[in-house]
Amino acid sequence: MAKHIQSLERAAAMLRLLAGGERRLGLSDIASALGLAKATAHGILRTLQHEGFVEQDPGSGRYQLGAELLRLGTTYLDVHELRARALVWTDDLARSGGEAVYLGVVHQQGVLIVHHVFRPDDSRQVLEVGAMQPMHSTALGKVLTAFDPVAHAELVEAKREPFTSRTLVELPEIERVLERTRSQGYATDLDETWEGVASVAAPIFDRHRLAVGAVGITGAVERVCRDGDLRPELVAAVRDTARSVSRDLGAKPF
Amino acid sequence: MTDSHSGPFIAAIDQGTTSSRCIIFDRDGRIVAVDQKEHAQIFPKPGWVEHDAAEIWRNVQEVVAGAMVKAGARRDDILSIGITNQRETTMLWDKHTGQPVHNAIVWQDTRTDQLCKQLGGDAGQDRWRRETGLPLAAYFAGPKIAWLLDNVDGLREKAEAGDLLFGTMDSWVIWNLTGGTEGGVHVTDVTNASRTLLMNLEDLSWNADIAAEMGVPLQVLPEIRSSSEIYGEVTGGTLGQLLGGVPVASALGDQQAALFGQTCFSTGEAKSTYGTGTFMLMNTGEKLIHSESGLLTTVGYRIGDQDPVYALEGSIAVTGSLVQWMRDQMGLISTAAEIETLALSVEDNGGAYFVPAFSGLFAPYWRSDARGVIAGLTRYVTKAHIARAVLEATAWQTREITDAMTKDSGVELSALKVDGGMTSNNLLMQFLADVLDAPVVRPMVAETTCLGAAYAAGLAVGFWNSTDDLRANWRRAAEWTPDMDPDLRDREYKNWLKAVERTMGWLED
Repeated sequence: MAKHIQSLERAAAMLRLLAGGERRLGLSDIASALGLAKATAHGILRTLQHEGFVEQDPGSGRYQLGAELLRLGTTYLDVHELRARALVWTDDLARSGGEAVYLGVVHQQGVLIVHHVFRPDDSRQVLEVGAMQPMHSTALGKVLTAFDPVAHAELVEAKREPFTSRTLVELPEIERVLERTRSQGYATDLDETWEGVASVAAPIFDRHRLAVGAVGITGAVERVCRDGDLRPELVAAVRDTARSVSRDLGAKPF
Repeated sequence: MTDSHSGPFIAAIDQGTTSSRCIIFDRDGRIVAVDQKEHAQIFPKPGWVEHDAAEIWRNVQEVVAGAMVKAGARRDDILSIGITNQRETTMLWDKHTGQPVHNAIVWQDTRTDQLCKQLGGDAGQDRWRRETGLPLAAYFAGPKIAWLLDNVDGLREKAEAGDLLFGTMDSWVIWNLTGGTEGGVHVTDVTNASRTLLMNLEDLSWNADIAAEMGVPLQVLPEIRSSSEIYGEVTGGTLGQLLGGVPVASALGDQQAALFGQTCFSTGEAKSTYGTGTFMLMNTGEKLIHSESGLLTTVGYRIGDQDPVYALEGSIAVTGSLVQWMRDQMGLISTAAEIETLALSVEDNGGAYFVPAFSGLFAPYWRSDARGVIAGLTRYVTKAHIARAVLEATAWQTREITDAMTKDSGVELSALKVDGGMTSNNLLMQFLADVLDAPVVRPMVAETTCLGAAYAAGLAVGFWNSTDDLRANWRRAAEWTPDMDPDLRDREYKNWLKAVERTMGWLED
């Protein structure tokens, strides 16, 4: 086993120190307790502070454990929180795009639909919240796979069914599409899951820049496509919506 | 794609309990711009809540100007302005100076409890129910006027001399918009007037006998107008420069505005707004229905000189606030949305029922001696079952109100249109459809209150021609259809009612 990284060991020792006994400690207490030079201790504390693991009391200058540490154990975004935050934006997307909107997250080698807004016409539609969509062929699935390493690992494992003649099932082909998805920031599905149906989706990021979900618009090819591709204004509307929800979740503009 | 917003538009002012907002809508009923500003909540004593009406008027001007800028709209783009407001909040102002003579007394304020008991006398709180549709309760505006006249020095004399004007927030905003001391019109609409305990529901006029008994001089009261007509034009002041000449063309109390915004224009159509509490209104058409089940009778709306449309109203005190209670007092969840995650971790309520009668039972029971109960507890029950019981409580309370409405009106609920924060809870919405045995429908525009005011203002100036035009604008964002075994539904409802029984009589005098 290689030598351990010293600064990480020191950071861990600091966190243990702050977790036990007195909750707030000054720089010199911490430095002397761990036998470190003050400048060294300060550098590590500042890094921990930047990551939110340590907080400094503005009055006394003393250090204590940060809120981020408490969040670590339960740091997944609740999907119902995601839906609540996305509600107004997805309503507006359905309204402006004139098509149904779906919000999906990774779940057991597939995409779980956590929110669905009807296409704004008077047609009979069934709420699809709770339904699963395939990962390798849908726009939502491609976006999640491209931006979330967990989803990517799932896709490699999963059985990739050819739903239509256009479905990509071979990994190298799919990887090329994912590469393009990452560079352009969105994914499309043209007849690849259902004949005659096309969709476009974009990733939703949280404040750590993790892809926590994807939002997309889905409709009949005749309505959502022009010249054999998704209409650019729909692509733009979907990406705007994804950015708005991300912003609401605390993601920095990008 | 209809994403470009170009005029003409309608502006709606929502003068609410915690903030004032202005939203600008286009012809499709889509939001073009929003601006909002909160105002101070003043608590002079326990149970007392006041607002500074001068601050509110300043904020209203700011948000209207703010929304215009955000929309990039010019005066000629705005065809009319509508108003919706927190209901029952009561103020008096000097008609010569235009200044409020006291802070406005907010609807939640309970200082008139005793006065209402005295006014009820032997007849009790139903003394004027026949005429006004309301019980004598501290919410309503009439007794608040009487309190101000009797408890603030000099006000009664000024009122008798004809120097004072009364208004709910609609009247205050319209009077100021239309010129204030320089010829402002002193009006209110039928929906706001129906919350004063002073208006005859039958002929929509002030009841001189009740006003005399209450000690409210008729000369302070505004003229009662319809909810959708041109009251006057924007004149003078900062808004006069911005919007001079634009017609002020609607007023609706907030819950009635939501009924209008949800396009519940047919008898039997109902909307329910799920916030901290819940307000459900059902359109009963031109028929005035006196409730035998503890519901309020109120005016739904009146368009111009058409016949008024009445409504039955049921309110639930604790719905969203029960979820907040689980988060803040019990610490069982960290965000409100998490209640659904927790509830979904189990199949059912495990036999537990939660009746949140925190301050007594409201419609249809009206039992102030009741307190909250969690019934049916066993070793088996976990916090996840309690989370289910919390959500189910909102659905069952809605069921009790709809049952009362059906009983009073003889009309079966065909579908329930919902809005408010809790509509993002999918499990709750499905359970609601299940226990009501009726579809539950969520519209695409969440801002139904402002939309209702905009619709009424747009109708008055011919921007929209009819309620059919408005219906055509309504878009379904989601619909939950009932999917529950009828036997199970009946059994669960019976259990709920048993739990409700156990809340009663907890307080002894």
